[in-house]
Amino acid sequence: MAFLIDRRQNSKNKSAVNRQRFLRRHREEIRRSLADRLKDRSITDTDKGESIKIPAKNTQEPSFRHGHGGRHERVFPGNREFGAGDHLPRPEQGGGGGQDKAGNQGEGLDDFAFEISQQEFLELLFEDLELPNLTRKQLSESNDYKTVRAGFTNTGSPANISIVRSMQAALSRRIAMSATKRSELRGLLEEQKIRQRDQTTTPELLAELEVKINALRQRINRVPFLDDFDLRYRQVIHQPVPRSKAVMFCIMDVSGSMDQTTKDLAKRFFILLYLFLSRHYKKTDVVFIRHHTTASEVDEQDFFYARESGGTVVSSALRLTQEIIDQRYPVNEWNIYVAQASDGDNWPEDGRICQQLLTELLPLLQYFAYVEISRTDKPLWQTYVDFETRHPEFFAMQHITGTRDIYPILRKLFRKQTA
Amino acid sequence: MTTASKQQPVGAGSEWSFELLEHFEKVIGELAEGYQLDTFPNQIEIISSEQMMDAYASVGMPINYHHWSFGKHFINTDKLYRRGHMGLAYELVINSNPCIAYLQEENTLTMQALVIAHACFGHNSFFKSNYLFRTWTDPASIVDYLVFARDYISKCEERYGIGEVESVLDACHALMNYGVDRYKRPYPPSLKEEQARQHEREEMLQQQVNDLWRTIPRAAQLPEDKLAKRYPAEPQENLLYFIEKDAPLLEPWQREIVRIVRKMAQYLYPQRQTQVMNEGWACFWHYQLLHDMHDNGQVTDGFMLEFLQSHTNVVFQPAYDSPAFSGINPYSLGFAMMRDIRRICETPTEEDRHWFPDIVGSPWLETLHFAMANFKDESFIQQFLSPRLIRELKLFTVLDDTEQDHLEVSAIHNDTGYQHIRDTLAGMYNLSNREPDIQVVDANISGNRSLVLHHNMYQNRPIEPQSTADVLRYIQRLWGFDVHLESRKGKETCEVFQALASPADDTRADTPTASKLLI
Repeated sequence: MAFLIDRRQNSKNKSAVNRQRFLRRHREEIRRSLADRLKDRSITDTDKGESIKIPAKNTQEPSFRHGHGGRHERVFPGNREFGAGDHLPRPEQGGGGGQDKAGNQGEGLDDFAFEISQQEFLELLFEDLELPNLTRKQLSESNDYKTVRAGFTNTGSPANISIVRSMQAALSRRIAMSATKRSELRGLLEEQKIRQRDQTTTPELLAELEVKINALRQRINRVPFLDDFDLRYRQVIHQPVPRSKAVMFCIMDVSGSMDQTTKDLAKRFFILLYLFLSRHYKKTDVVFIRHHTTASEVDEQDFFYARESGGTVVSSALRLTQEIIDQRYPVNEWNIYVAQASDGDNWPEDGRICQQLLTELLPLLQYFAYVEISRTDKPLWQTYVDFETRHPEFFAMQHITGTRDIYPILRKLFRKQTA
Repeated sequence: MTTASKQQPVGAGSEWSFELLEHFEKVIGELAEGYQLDTFPNQIEIISSEQMMDAYASVGMPINYHHWSFGKHFINTDKLYRRGHMGLAYELVINSNPCIAYLQEENTLTMQALVIAHACFGHNSFFKSNYLFRTWTDPASIVDYLVFARDYISKCEERYGIGEVESVLDACHALMNYGVDRYKRPYPPSLKEEQARQHEREEMLQQQVNDLWRTIPRAAQLPEDKLAKRYPAEPQENLLYFIEKDAPLLEPWQREIVRIVRKMAQYLYPQRQTQVMNEGWACFWHYQLLHDMHDNGQVTDGFMLEFLQSHTNVVFQPAYDSPAFSGINPYSLGFAMMRDIRRICETPTEEDRHWFPDIVGSPWLETLHFAMANFKDESFIQQFLSPRLIRELKLFTVLDDTEQDHLEVSAIHNDTGYQHIRDTLAGMYNLSNREPDIQVVDANISGNRSLVLHHNMYQNRPIEPQSTADVLRYIQRLWGFDVHLESRKGKETCEVFQALASPADDTRADTPTASKLLI
């Protein structure tokens, strides 16, 4: 009298809540571990989870237990060589079997390692963050259309004529219009055949028949091969589409004054920004612009790791940004974000030009974020500081001094805007 | 023994179906009845491997409240399983009425049959008959209690916040092993008893009424006063019970949570003490029952081969120096002892007559039932580990004393060693040897309300300092005032730990401020 129950259809994730509790409890450590892992990720590499390591001692549940020492007596199986009273050297403290097992996994006993999913990864990164001006362009104000096929129509421009459909229509019209005449013609031809065999038929009668047949044939031929209303056009309609594309311009100073650690700091900032944009837009392009005295568009590898030296002219990068926007990213289709990282050095005379360029550029942008990797206000900071006061909703700037600052600063840049 | 005649074998393939499982349950059930296995009705649930991991994570409870430690457990299990470091159990059985057994869907038909015999009849009958389970658990109500506990705790979370509830649970979990009663508390007296006592007291007072006018000066009142001050009157070993009843600052809902954790600990207490017996009993019966089925022609030879392979894996005991060695395998020891008891009953040797005069020649089934029902691991080994089995397993004892700079082999499997090995092995299963002995000795109820605990050292084993400091912090949180722990060797105090309630200490919440003073 047993009950057999198939529970396989029941939900699997009974432990999901407990797992979330665990993540919540160790959020701070997880965040720290996450910051370490970011280094090895490419900017656009956002579709996978991450492995997380946190110190095991923080996850331990304490209890009263015995420490080392005292008198212990234990029973073991499988004696082969010992006799009572034998003395053995004491094995090294802590030389248990556990260590070499953990060793080949590349993580010590001191770490509690586990995987988090992509979803959890992003959740952790972007808690409480919200893009400024995130309102997508409404359908009504969108100038962006896409053309969609929508069947066939009787009117249209000659370029859209569908030949197959038109010929089909012409053929059926011709069949329909000549139907009675052709059956009449068949009747006459039948009659002519019979009369020709019949000896009694007079030549006049035959000639008269011939005339009738010819007239009919001419009338049939007079049905037009192609008429106006046979024409069929491919119908194309325009559907308005919301702008769901974003482009992110990464601008970085690669002059001699920027060393690799500074660039790494900048990279993390860009990664976080990209992750955030790609979560909100269907398609996110990234344009890398690096500059010293002149600016150039490069790929990601070169952007972060190629060596450059020389002076610094920031306006060159701003000008290039403007050019690229004009050429490739029409403002009515793209949400444009610019993120600039620099150590704050600039050619002294360049400041005024930058201000002017930025004044022109800002109206095109959703947001301009500037991070300065230094402690004090450098020339570029002073150039930009006006904009922050004038356009706090479009423009943000921050100092970054170390790895630890990046994440808090990103949160600050994009903190939830309270209505 | 079995009435079933030769039958057609079933289940030629390895795929199971619900019809086949039902069939096996029925056939095994009939055989088990022949051996007088007394069981709760079975509730067999088929689950997937993910669900098995869920079940693992909630410490084998079918329903449990939410806590991060279960999540950690789950993450760990999940990780090990995915990397292939760990296989999942074929089954999980819950001491409830009806007895819930989880079977994994990946098992082959043979494995399902093994598991049904093992869990649904072996463990199940153990739960129903063993004295510890009969005394301490109430299988009929456990599921209801768990539902209550989960709902209560989630209500508390809604009301007081997840963090608040979590901090109480953390503290209680740290003390879980110190939340069990080892002896039944007396029931509170009934009204009738109360009235009888009242009556008795009145008569007593009446008799002594003249004493009120006694003029002889009273002797030595002071020490008596001092004695009366001490609270609790006797040292208390159930820390959670003491906290639940006596902690001055706990809110009612916090007390209820302490109680819930205590109840769970009490429910799990028998399982921690009967691992060897429970597994041994279950292994003995799956071995016996499936062999009977084979003898009756109810299963094929191929089925038996697969069964024997799994069985051998389960009861394998690697030697102490093998890389696979990780302590004594309770399945192996238990199974060997159960088989050995049967052997002693049926074909005793001269040695057995000397060691086990009372069970030699007795009916084996009766003796085995007696052994299962009336012992726990410690006493079971003490009573039934035979010299022959010690020789078969080649057991030896190693003495590790920090006062000596070497280890000593104190006994091997010879005439002089048997009794010592038996005692030592029994001691290894004695929970009170394995865990530090900690008791509440004094709560300063009228003064500063500080709490004093004693750790009585056993075999000079010190208490682990870091973990102790953490636990003390938790106790402090529940108690609300200063907590002191004295580690004592005999009458002499060796170490003092304390967790103070002063606000200055609370600033660093992540590292408990318990300090360690050496005296």
